[in-house]
Amino acid sequence: MSTHTTTSAPDLATTRGRLWEALAARDEAAATAAVLDAHDAGAPAEDLLLDVIGAVQARVGAEWAAGRIGVAQEHAATAIQDRVVGALAHRSPDRGTAAGPDVRGAGQPPRRVTVACVDGEWHALPARLLAEVLRGRGFLVDYLGAHVPTPHLIAHLHQSGTDVVALSSSLPVRLPVAHAAVSAVQALGLPVLVGGAAFGPGGRYARLIGADGWAPDARAAAALLADGPCPPGDARPEAAGDLPHLSDQEYTLVTRARPRLVRHVLEGLPGAVPATAAYDDRQRERTAEDIAHIVDFLAASLYADDAGLFTDFVTWTAGVLRARGVGQDALVAALDLLADAQHDFPRARSHLAAGRRALVRVPAPSTPGPRS
Amino acid sequence: MAGHCARAPHMTVFEDESGRSRAAPAARGTSWLRSPHPAVVADREGGVVEFNAAAADLFPRMGVGTWLDEVVPGWLADAHRRLSGPARTPRVPAPATAPAGSAPLRGRHDGRLLRAHPTESGHGDVAWWLVDDSDLTAARDALRTEQERTALLAEASTQLLASLNPDRCLETAALLAAAHLGDAALVISPPVRNRYAVVTAVGESFGRSQVAMDPASVPGLAEALQGFPPVPARWIDPAELPPWAVPEGFGGTPGSVVITPLPGHGVPAGVLVLLRRGGRRAFDASEELFARLFAARAGAALSAARLYAEQARITRALIAELLPPQLHHVRGVDFAGGYRTSQDTERIGGDFYDVHAGADDDRETLAVLGDVCGKGLDAAVLTGRIRSTVQALMPLAGDHRTVLELLNGALLTSRHTRFATLVLASVRRSGGHVRLRLTSAGHPPPLILRGTGHVEEVDTGGTLVGALPEVTSRSATVSLSPGETCLLYTDGITEARGGPLGSSMFGEDRLRSALAECAGLPAEAVVERLQMVAGDWVGRGPHDDMAVVAITAPHTTHLSAVNGHTRGRYTA
Repeated sequence: MSTHTTTSAPDLATTRGRLWEALAARDEAAATAAVLDAHDAGAPAEDLLLDVIGAVQARVGAEWAAGRIGVAQEHAATAIQDRVVGALAHRSPDRGTAAGPDVRGAGQPPRRVTVACVDGEWHALPARLLAEVLRGRGFLVDYLGAHVPTPHLIAHLHQSGTDVVALSSSLPVRLPVAHAAVSAVQALGLPVLVGGAAFGPGGRYARLIGADGWAPDARAAAALLADGPCPPGDARPEAAGDLPHLSDQEYTLVTRARPRLVRHVLEGLPGAVPATAAYDDRQRERTAEDIAHIVDFLAASLYADDAGLFTDFVTWTAGVLRARGVGQDALVAALDLLADAQHDFPRARSHLAAGRRALVRVPAPSTPGPRS
Repeated sequence: MAGHCARAPHMTVFEDESGRSRAAPAARGTSWLRSPHPAVVADREGGVVEFNAAAADLFPRMGVGTWLDEVVPGWLADAHRRLSGPARTPRVPAPATAPAGSAPLRGRHDGRLLRAHPTESGHGDVAWWLVDDSDLTAARDALRTEQERTALLAEASTQLLASLNPDRCLETAALLAAAHLGDAALVISPPVRNRYAVVTAVGESFGRSQVAMDPASVPGLAEALQGFPPVPARWIDPAELPPWAVPEGFGGTPGSVVITPLPGHGVPAGVLVLLRRGGRRAFDASEELFARLFAARAGAALSAARLYAEQARITRALIAELLPPQLHHVRGVDFAGGYRTSQDTERIGGDFYDVHAGADDDRETLAVLGDVCGKGLDAAVLTGRIRSTVQALMPLAGDHRTVLELLNGALLTSRHTRFATLVLASVRRSGGHVRLRLTSAGHPPPLILRGTGHVEEVDTGGTLVGALPEVTSRSATVSLSPGETCLLYTDGITEARGGPLGSSMFGEDRLRSALAECAGLPAEAVVERLQMVAGDWVGRGPHDDMAVVAITAPHTTHLSAVNGHTRGRYTA
């Protein structure tokens, strides 16, 4: 979400401050009042959605990554933010009906947009903000919310007469699911715009999976949709975004072997990092979850054929651990143990090696990351 | 044009022919005069020297000594001039760019397509051999047309079948027809209450409108709209076309109009009207046939889309009562629910929950969450029955045991053999606290999340309903302080298999620790968090229906009734 400040009318920085304080106190009334007061004072709804609510949500994620707030606080803040968006949306009636006569053609901007999160994506706020921004700009918006199974999305599209689909996903591990969703929508002859951290720096994985468009933030997405850059949507039943590198089967086999790989690392860890031998059941389970996460990101990096995806995750994880006073010994050991188990997988080994190299110097955690 | 590229490989064949004829000068004499191919010899000046019978047939005014440019088409005379050097009359400066035999020379004469091959005779004369290519070219053109049409039909089918949305399908049909069959196309749908939905397409733009009209006013339209008996495509006089049938942007009056029925699956799918501009040639027989083939595909696709839309509409209406309800703030208490069916393709299953608001703030609100044995549609149908029964028993909800006994009786006498487990929760706000009466009928007991993060199991139990003639139950009373939550859940959560090692059961302990992390969270956040944790646990693996309901005592400052639709009010 964009964090730059462009409007000055009521100082957005002040509003952000009030909202942040209210969220920290879990005070829903104060949070809503902060945003609605600014709206009363003339701040445009779109700026409030993106430069206040969106910006504060980015800060929530960053604070979590830095270990300054807990998961529960993050969830509470997100729930309150969602209600604040609802209160603000209620102020701005649907302008979709004013979008003009129903005569369009190729090259004219689409008007009916379906906004959804991919299957398994629970972070709905960015998609919700986009939906509200589009509504404010005069689009007719169907907002399907978090975690939309692809069959539900497709059924909705058959029944709704949507012109274009916007899909949101924050985790690169959902890339294969996002790819399936994009292909399924394109097979209906509809263009798909994607957004979110899952699609990589500069949207490089969006191109990889053959999405028709990618936007770094809600404003850019709205501009793209208004310009109508998406092709009129040729039906493409054949898989869009063919990925020849998957023919080495490494992605499939690593995904299938996930439980075995996790067990292998879990059993080898006490030998490599003696401190882990003293873990209780709960700590062991958390460790198993962390290892499963590493395997998931390794699989995603194989799917995208981009070692950078894996190294980004590894360095981010190391930063999160460091923020909690945990060293990276276990992380490095886990990478080594995983590499041991990948004799026949040259791509996986090279990604693991790249991840290990990246751990030599670890930058401070900055961007909201893959777990919350 | 692509045709040139496609023809290129054949050029070598012509050169071969040309080479052969050049290599056989000995054959000159009398034999060439009887050649079926026209041949003519002209001198350097362009005067005809000799010609055979076939050439005489082709060029009736030809005679020895006549000037070539007076008896043969200009393209051939010009070619001769270029080849034989200085012209008889230097009207046109002749660039000598085309040496003999380098490329076949083509041109038309008297409706035929001729290929000309020059052969230099050695003393300035040039012999022209002419091959009638009309049939070959016609066959080649027909083949290309057929190939294009087959490709187009395949592409049209792909595009038409891509969407099951009738509006989109109509647009696609109109756009394809306008692009490939006429200058403009109209797709007229069968009437709904005497109004006809008309989609028009001109070039790449389209529009839709509703027209109230008498189909008898357009010749052939009424019959075509009937769908059966099948009527052939029909030509109509463009002058008889009403103004609404000429799309905006068409420009002027159409030169030709054809009306083709769109055959559906036993029902008329509509009518396709194709328009061509005045200057363009009318539709020929093969184009008409092609339009019929296209119409058959468009009609089938439209019928399928309409059938799907109708079925979807019926399904929506029928399952509306079976879908999990949207929960929100009721009578001073926060409710939130989450549901995930065992199959991603389904929206309803064997788990259910409901919240029935009390008549006023002093009356109890009744929440119910349960699980019918089995999953899928059959189980969902029974959840609907149970939900209606519980709602009807609402006035008796002061006594959970009575409600369960009556429900048990109702289920035992129904033709279903399934049984169900459920939890009843009667909820009332009292000051800042929320008082709950909870009764489990064979269901996992509810969990209470205290402000400290401590999780307690509610001491309630009883027999399931719908299986035994008698039911027993033991209720419990719980009080929630602000920020505390009572969680109702189905065993789909605790029995979910997955996790980092692949096949471990999620289990009650993990549910309790996940819940403990939610201390102080609003009801929606608790539900979202638990759904996310359980969802990540099962990953892409199989799972049963999963339902959770959180009943939360609001923090003292509360914005009530915010569900995205209402601004809500503040309570201090």
